This record gives sequence, structure tokens and C-alpha cells, in this order.
Amino acid sequence: MESLKSLKPKIEVRNLNFYYGKYHALRSINLAMPEKKVTAFIGPSGCGKSTLLRTMNCMYALYPHQKAVGEILIDGENILDGKRDLNSLRAKIGMVFQKPTPFPMSIYDNIAFGVKLHEKLNRSDMDDRVEWALKKAALWDEVRDKLKQSGDSLSGGQQQRLCIARGIAVKPEVLLLDEPASALDPISTARIEELISELKEDYTIVIVTHNMQQAARVSDYTAYLYLGELIEFGETTSIFTTPKQKATEDYITGRFG
Amino acid sequence: MTNQITESKEKRQVFFDLAFKLTTRFFAFTVLALLAGIIVELFIGAMPAIHAFGWKFFTSTDWDPVNVKFGAVVQIYGTLVTSAIALAIGIPVSFGIALYLTELSPTWLKRPLGIAIELLAGIPSIIYGMWGLFVFAPHLADHFQPWLIDHLGNLPGIGMLFQGAPMGIGMLTAGIILGIMIIPFIASVMRDVFEIVPPTLKESAYAVGCTTWEVVWNVVLPYTKIGVVGGIMLGLGRALGETMAVTFVIGNAQNLSFSLLDPGSSIASTLANEFNEAFGKVYTASLIELGLIMFVITFFVLALSKLLLYELGKREGEKT
Repeated sequence: MESLKSLKPKIEVRNLNFYYGKYHALRSINLAMPEKKVTAFIGPSGCGKSTLLRTMNCMYALYPHQKAVGEILIDGENILDGKRDLNSLRAKIGMVFQKPTPFPMSIYDNIAFGVKLHEKLNRSDMDDRVEWALKKAALWDEVRDKLKQSGDSLSGGQQQRLCIARGIAVKPEVLLLDEPASALDPISTARIEELISELKEDYTIVIVTHNMQQAARVSDYTAYLYLGELIEFGETTSIFTTPKQKATEDYITGRFG
Repeated sequence: MTNQITESKEKRQVFFDLAFKLTTRFFAFTVLALLAGIIVELFIGAMPAIHAFGWKFFTSTDWDPVNVKFGAVVQIYGTLVTSAIALAIGIPVSFGIALYLTELSPTWLKRPLGIAIELLAGIPSIIYGMWGLFVFAPHLADHFQPWLIDHLGNLPGIGMLFQGAPMGIGMLTAGIILGIMIIPFIASVMRDVFEIVPPTLKESAYAVGCTTWEVVWNVVLPYTKIGVVGGIMLGLGRALGETMAVTFVIGNAQNLSFSLLDPGSSIASTLANEFNEAFGKVYTASLIELGLIMFVITFFVLALSKLLLYELGKREGEKT
């Protein structure tokens, strides 16, 4: 495993503070996530891991009382300065949520919808793109004969892979996964995890999980957050075998949390 | 001993469950009985007119109490046209209101605006009618209608709708007043259903790079279509049946004119105006038949909305 410092960072968080109204949810977070690697955020509920993830595509900006102070650099550009067009920023950064959220339209349109927002493709190019995204998300074989069916007709695990395909279809550079497998059965979870290791060849992936085995299995780097602070960040193997902080060790050995 | 107690308790529970089921079923069937009763009553009341005119009632524009000749075309046209104008105004405005309240408005403004809309729904219709007659109609006659006649009256086709003198009262005015009256109903239902859309669904749409408009148009609206159509139907039901405000401003003329600026009458306004003074069996029966037609129109509108939802659902793909 290459050391963190030598890798080109895709996302750099600098001195980030986050507020829900008056509540100070993230405190001076500094973190650099390397390109085309999987970075996992772990920590007990309410520690701020999802909040941190949601700042990376400015999702918090939808809500008037949420405020982020600091810098998040993506390819060296600060996305928090308010000068960026959020819609094209979010197209560059795909996001998958805890619960599958298929749009109320057909499987095909679920994928094509996001693509249509940013690109003008003709029919056959669009067909190719949909097929490509579904193949990438390991869903193509299961849905190739029912692309016209509603996205709701799929099982939970399939819906979640549909959401991943939807995120990939707009060709983002970063994928943010917010506990993508927590609502799924073990087999679907395993498929999603396999998928993550395949996808990291092309994308920078950040995953929030409260399943520590999952973090150990899928991620290259792990950040442990507690009460809004970043306690430790480093290679997943060393975090899980030789954590530098006592708090991290307590958490991953199950003595706490 | 203990066994006996649980047994009797179980019996009691079974009995109460059954009683509860029967009671609620009775309430539910009361609605059906009422509905059937009203239809039967209307049919019986309308019989003399049905005998006298048959299907001609639906094709004749006569409304002549002196010679006892009646037809419903004028009233049906008036009812449908005013309701159509009302929806044409009410739907887009309500959609805008609901969209602003749920997606764009700052939090401190949400409550006062929401309450204002609900208050609007509570204004008695006679107030709308009086305002329409004394304030709104003269204003329309002086400013808006002359412009319509000058600019649209000469167009081929739709010019026909904008002929005649700018009198203020008429079907257009009635339609606009109805539009204002149904806005609070449609807007508050739309707002309520927009609010139940799961935040993560909206966030997912934002996450692929949608603008607020794209999120609402492509995700929120399809997700809530049943509620939205329900809200529109509620408004339409109100527009079709609204009596007092329409009676004030529609002009109550019983002759057919396609022009929206001319006075006309709706089913409800005709009933309100004439039921008291109706003489003779056939006259009264004709009015009751108008009521029956209103029932049928409402039924068709509801059926159409179900069909619309079915078609919309098909476009989203089959649900298996």
C-alpha cells in the first residue's frame, strides 16, 4: 500500500467546520482523500460521518440552517466558496443513499434521466450509455429484458445497484456512498462490496459505513470520527491492526460504540 | 380458573372486534346509501322532464318557462366553460404556490403563507361573489375586456370567444372568480403532498445535478401525481358546483353565446335563481334534471381523472 502523502489527493478537506443551526457538528476537519481509492468513514452514530460526506457535494446547501465553513478542494478547486455551479458540481460527484431511491419512472429512464440533464445523446448512444452503466453496476443481466418496467418493481438490492448505475451514468469522478448496504440483505451487500472494489479503478470512492468489517473489506483508507472530530486517518490495514489512538482502538475492538 | 378468565376475555374481544367491524361497515355503507338515494330521488324528480323532452334536453338551447320548453345546453356549456377557465388559472398558480412553499421559501415565511392560503379557503363564497360583482367586474369591463376584444376578437377561431360588449359580468368573470376561489384548495393539497416526498428522493435527484425545477417537474410531481390530481379534482368539484359567487357574476342569461364575455348561466346558478319561482311540474322537473346532469358530469370527471392516472402510471413502466 502506497503511503498517503505520496498520492495525488482528489478531495482535500481543510479546516472544515459544520453547523446545524447552532449545533457544531464538525470541528476543524483536515483530510485528503487520494484519487481512485476507497476511503471509508467510520464512527458511532451522530459522529458526523454522513455530514462530512454531504458537504462534499454541497447537499447541505439545500437546507437553510446548515452551514459549512472552511475549504473542500476537489482537484484543487474550493467548492465551498459559493462560486461554483452546484448542478454541474453534483454531476461530477455521484451520490448513493442509505435507502434505495429509484425515481418514479422506468428502469431505463432512471439511468437516462441524469444523463439527459447534462448531455444531448441520440437514441442509440443513450441505449449504449444505459447498458454500460447497468453493466458497470452489475445489474444488466437481471434487468435487460425489463428496462421498461418501473424502478420500484426491483428488489431492494437491485434498486440500490440501480441507484449506483444512475450515479455512474453521468460519468462522475467521485462516488459518495452513504451507508449503501445498510438496508440490504447479506447477499446484496456482498454484491455491492464487490462492485465497490471494481469501481475504484475508475472512480474516487468515499463510503460512510457503520459496519466495521465492511470498512475493512472494501476501503484502502479509513477515517475514524468521533463527536465531530477526526480522531485518526490512515491506511485501513494500519487503522485496523495498529491504531495510533486509544479511542480508535476501543471503537474497532468493540469496547465502545 | 385462570383458563376460564382468559376464555371469557377472549370471547369478549371477539365480540367487540365483530361489533367494531359491523359499526364501521355500517358507516361506510351509509355513504353508498346516501349516494344511491340522491340519484334515485333526482331521477324520480326529473321524470316529468325526461318524459317531455327525452334526449332533446341535451341538444336544445331553449329555456322558456312560458312555453314550457327546456334544454340544458346553455347551462352545461356555462358550467364546463367557467370550470375550465377556473382550472386554467387555478392549476398553474396553485402549483407555483405549492412549489414555492415546499422548495424555495425561507422557513420563517412558510407558516404565515400557509396560514394565509388556508384562510383564503375559509372566505364564504358570497364574499367572492360580491367582490366580483362590485369591484372586479367593473374593473374588467373598463380595462381588460376592451383589450381582449381588440386584440383577440379578430383572430380566426378563438376570436369567437371574445366577441360582444365589455359588460364586466359574464362567463369569463365567473371563471376567473372561480379560479381564485379554488386556488387555496388545490394549493394546500399540492403543498401537503409535496411535503411527503422523502427528502432522500429529492436529494438523489439533486445529486445527479438537477435544478430545483427539474427535481420538482421530473421527480416530485410524478411521485405525488395521485395527490396532485386529487387536489385538482377537489378544486374542479368546487368550481363545477359553486353557486353563490357564480350567480353574482355570470349574468344569468339563458341564451347560448360562445363568447366568454357574454353573460351565460351555469347549472348551479340556474338552480339558485329559478328553483324558488319554478311553477308547473315540467319546469321543476327540468331543474331537477339539471341537478342530475351535474351529478353525471362529476362522475365523468372523476372517471377521466382515474383514466389519466392510469395512463401516467403506464408511462412509468409496469409495476410487477
